[in-house]
Amino acid sequence: MTRVTFSPSILSRPVYAPLESHGAGPTIMLCDAEGAAAILDLAERDPAVMDYAHVIYIPSGSDYTVRMRALEARQYHEAPSYDAITARYRKALADATMGTRLYLAGTEGLIGKAAAEALAAGLPAQAIQAEHRGSIARRMQCVHCKGVTEDVTTDPFTCSHCGLTLFVRDHFSRRLGAFQGVCVDAETPGEVPERQEILP
Amino acid sequence: MIAQMLRVTEKEALTPLVTRFRFEHPDGAPLPLFSGGAHVVVEMPYGDMLRRNAYSLISAPDDGSGYEIAVRREDNGRGGSRFMHGNVATGDLMAVTSPFNLFSLDLRARKHVLIAGGIGITPFLSQLHQLSRMQVPFELHYAARSREEAAGLTFLPSLPHIHLHISNEGNRMDLGAILSGQPLGTHVYTCGPEGLIAAVEDAARRHGWPAAALHSEAFLSPPPGKPFKVTLARSGQTLTVGPHQSLLEALEAARIDIPWSCRGGACGQCETAVTSCKGRIEHNDHWLSDDDCAAQTKIMPCVSRFEGQELIIDR
Repeated sequence: MTRVTFSPSILSRPVYAPLESHGAGPTIMLCDAEGAAAILDLAERDPAVMDYAHVIYIPSGSDYTVRMRALEARQYHEAPSYDAITARYRKALADATMGTRLYLAGTEGLIGKAAAEALAAGLPAQAIQAEHRGSIARRMQCVHCKGVTEDVTTDPFTCSHCGLTLFVRDHFSRRLGAFQGVCVDAETPGEVPERQEILP
Repeated sequence: MIAQMLRVTEKEALTPLVTRFRFEHPDGAPLPLFSGGAHVVVEMPYGDMLRRNAYSLISAPDDGSGYEIAVRREDNGRGGSRFMHGNVATGDLMAVTSPFNLFSLDLRARKHVLIAGGIGITPFLSQLHQLSRMQVPFELHYAARSREEAAGLTFLPSLPHIHLHISNEGNRMDLGAILSGQPLGTHVYTCGPEGLIAAVEDAARRHGWPAAALHSEAFLSPPPGKPFKVTLARSGQTLTVGPHQSLLEALEAARIDIPWSCRGGACGQCETAVTSCKGRIEHNDHWLSDDDCAAQTKIMPCVSRFEGQELIIDR
């Protein structure tokens, strides 16, 4: 069960679809955890998509390394975290030219951060595709202190920066690549709803 | 559309076919400023009817002392450009609308690539002023048949990123070369013949460019055709549209109030609902979707015509 159907929500909430090949052409692929399976599926549907692909894989506990290496992308890198490959990813975007496609796959945190980075580098939104796989944990920005808390799985949750109890909104910032968290007990301090697992 | 009477203060032949006109306020009052790529509509009292033609502004957008346009004489056209060349003289007063922009620069772009074919250079002349003020990277590719016909040459600074492609000198434009290797965030703008716009779109698609990075402008002049009858649903009145008249002009001649802006099938202002269509609408616009065109429930009176038994429109 790595594919998730998210319940319909406000327009701001990103939606994801299976990656669709644009064929052989300049390509950057970035995936984490179960997202590797989406890249493997894409390559199976159209092997030509790997011809000029620069693939970056952050395993985070998943084990697709053998199969990912076997794709024989033009360039292939594994890294322990997004932070560890940020410099490489930025360089790949800086060197990219119009016509380059970006395929993102995996957690919403990775997709949000990587898409924001690509948009900031000038890549048109239409050149970015994202397929969600695996955890539904969210990357949340506290609208009060602006700090970002990664891998949020409960609603409400505690801001890891300022300690406020935040309500998980579907309002998403494309610039920041994060959902917005709003203080849940601002009107009635201390009156906090019961903490629940977030739902898709 | 708001139009004001402006004085023709300069008329200069740029090439045998293209003439530059400058308009100024009769009292020297400043005119509204505009943005690069904007156009004005000039009214021409032509015989017993009023022609209105859209022309891109070629002067600097931040210069309100006057508006300048470049008009190419179309000997086989409907007469508007012949009127401008033959009947307009300096000192004349003409009704000129406020500027309107359907071809502005996308200010989010990191770099702008401008591709002009022939008289399609005109909107880029005002954009060049804006681009040099904005200090953003750009390149211009200007294709013309010969230097003698290239009206834009006088206005183009000699810069390494302004490229001339003169067909009779054998350096035709290589769209593949222009579109490859452009940095992320580049937007492409094309103005010129339909064939050039289609070729740029095709080359861009092959190079994987998303459509959102492509912009184009092609004003159509209303094509002539067979006369046809149209019935107005609100008054029951029936009009005949002449062979060299557009439906929009026929409505205006009958004093029907109808909004318009570009008069070339691009802006969507004059879109009109069709309440009955027994026949075929000749959709000549760039505005309606393929589905709308097929459904025959909407028409763009500025450029589209009709052939058949009955056309009733909601006017």
